[in-house]
Amino acid sequence: MPVNPAQHSQLQARLGRLYQQESRKVLATLIRLLGDFDLAEEALHEAFHAALKQWPVDGIPANPTAWLVSAGRFKAIDQLRKSSRFTQLPDELLAQISAEHSPEHEEIADDQLRLIFTCCHPSLATEAQQALTLREVCGLTTEQIASAFLTSPSTVAQRIVRAKGKIRDARIPYEVPAPAELPQRLDNVLQVIYLLFNEGYSASMGAQLLDSSLGDEAIRLGRLMLQLLPDAETAGLLALMLLQHARRAARISAQGELVLLPQQDRSLWQQAEIREGAELVQWALRTRRIGPYTLQAAIAAIHSEAATAEDTDWQEICGLYNLLLQADPSPVVALNRAVAIAMRDGPAAGLVLINQLQQQGELSQYHLLYAARAELLRQLGHNEEALHAYQQALQLCQQAPEQRFLQQQIAALQN
Amino acid sequence: MKYLCLVYSDENTLHSLPDSPHDSECNAYAEKVQGSGRMLAAEALQPVSTATTIRVRSGKVSITDGPFAETKEQLAGFYLVEAHDLNEAIQIASGIPAARVGSVEVRPVRQLDV
Repeated sequence: MPVNPAQHSQLQARLGRLYQQESRKVLATLIRLLGDFDLAEEALHEAFHAALKQWPVDGIPANPTAWLVSAGRFKAIDQLRKSSRFTQLPDELLAQISAEHSPEHEEIADDQLRLIFTCCHPSLATEAQQALTLREVCGLTTEQIASAFLTSPSTVAQRIVRAKGKIRDARIPYEVPAPAELPQRLDNVLQVIYLLFNEGYSASMGAQLLDSSLGDEAIRLGRLMLQLLPDAETAGLLALMLLQHARRAARISAQGELVLLPQQDRSLWQQAEIREGAELVQWALRTRRIGPYTLQAAIAAIHSEAATAEDTDWQEICGLYNLLLQADPSPVVALNRAVAIAMRDGPAAGLVLINQLQQQGELSQYHLLYAARAELLRQLGHNEEALHAYQQALQLCQQAPEQRFLQQQIAALQN
Repeated sequence: MKYLCLVYSDENTLHSLPDSPHDSECNAYAEKVQGSGRMLAAEALQPVSTATTIRVRSGKVSITDGPFAETKEQLAGFYLVEAHDLNEAIQIASGIPAARVGSVEVRPVRQLDV
């Protein structure tokens, strides 16, 4: 029975919502069934197109996801049959696609994991992993991805085409890694998600400092990952992102200037996100499998608990940095630990550690080393040396808001 | 699917680093891969000082001394394996003892269009 126009527009709205919620799941399953990203994407579009025609007549099916998978599968078979007039169609593939079977809930979750692990396969370039994940897993358009990375849509499109080509030609499997490989592969997925978050948190170059949509996508991915494959470090990463994201409104002044943690207006922090982050940290800590993300989240949680900067529990933070340095012995962690120690024991204690780090040389191009050193020198009253260190920081810094911040410090010292 | 695992290393240090594998270890690994039924061929190569590079241009053969390109690391050997997918090929490649001191490039084999 045909529906009236009002019902039709209602249905279209519902289909639009369904597309947002379900299209990634349907795509993930279609890729497994069809063994090809492009074929699956085409089938996905045709399935939604068919739904738009058929559902107004037949009504919305009880299980829309299964219906869409099934419709997509048959569209793909049609497509393959048409093209097989010219090329021999592998019977095996056709049999696999045609097998009458609608995917179970658990299988759909596994397909989503397969898609994530494939998009984040370490044999793809890092930028390709990010672009592919945003496109296939999050459903962002090429244009949206390009604007998030401050690059052109054609560059992003090319990255995605190349990555899909490599998946096909080198035969990167569409699977959840075996238990022996899982920890390392999961690490890689978490790294992709955190890189996306950081890209949003502070665009590494240029004028734009905050892009909360990339941050939102990264958090959404973190949630999805935690739901599909509960793990302490995944919870730790999600907590870390939520706790940092909670401060976004306080990080930038009304004039677009960077505001450092001690000067931030803490009433602007999003308490709901802080609570959720803190609970996740607690959960991750209780598992006793404590990794670098969980430790960083625990540090962020302590900052978030302090009503004012002066109330910060530096003793606790220094203890966590000691653990973090063991779990992740990198010079950047050592620098952050030195700053925490300066807050606990005074600027002279921190300066000794920073000078050691500077001598080791690994951070010689890292502007924050010089900025931290300058701040401690200033506190100790060594204004000449502080000025020089700020100038070194400014030379190495590539982000406009941070550059303005450093210029202000330099101007204040020169007066 | 066939994959070629190209083993690269710095010839000058391939046999002299603390982690350098002995020939017996290399042989044992090759036999292990052979035993799993996934080996098509594997050989170690003489140093690049023995290499000759050949080009044919306008029907003329040109023969030059040395490798295709001067690089920091040189091709030291190869494994041609049959693997189900890239992950399996990576798994085989990561067991090659020389990977500890050099690097292994994994390349899927292309079927000629005939």
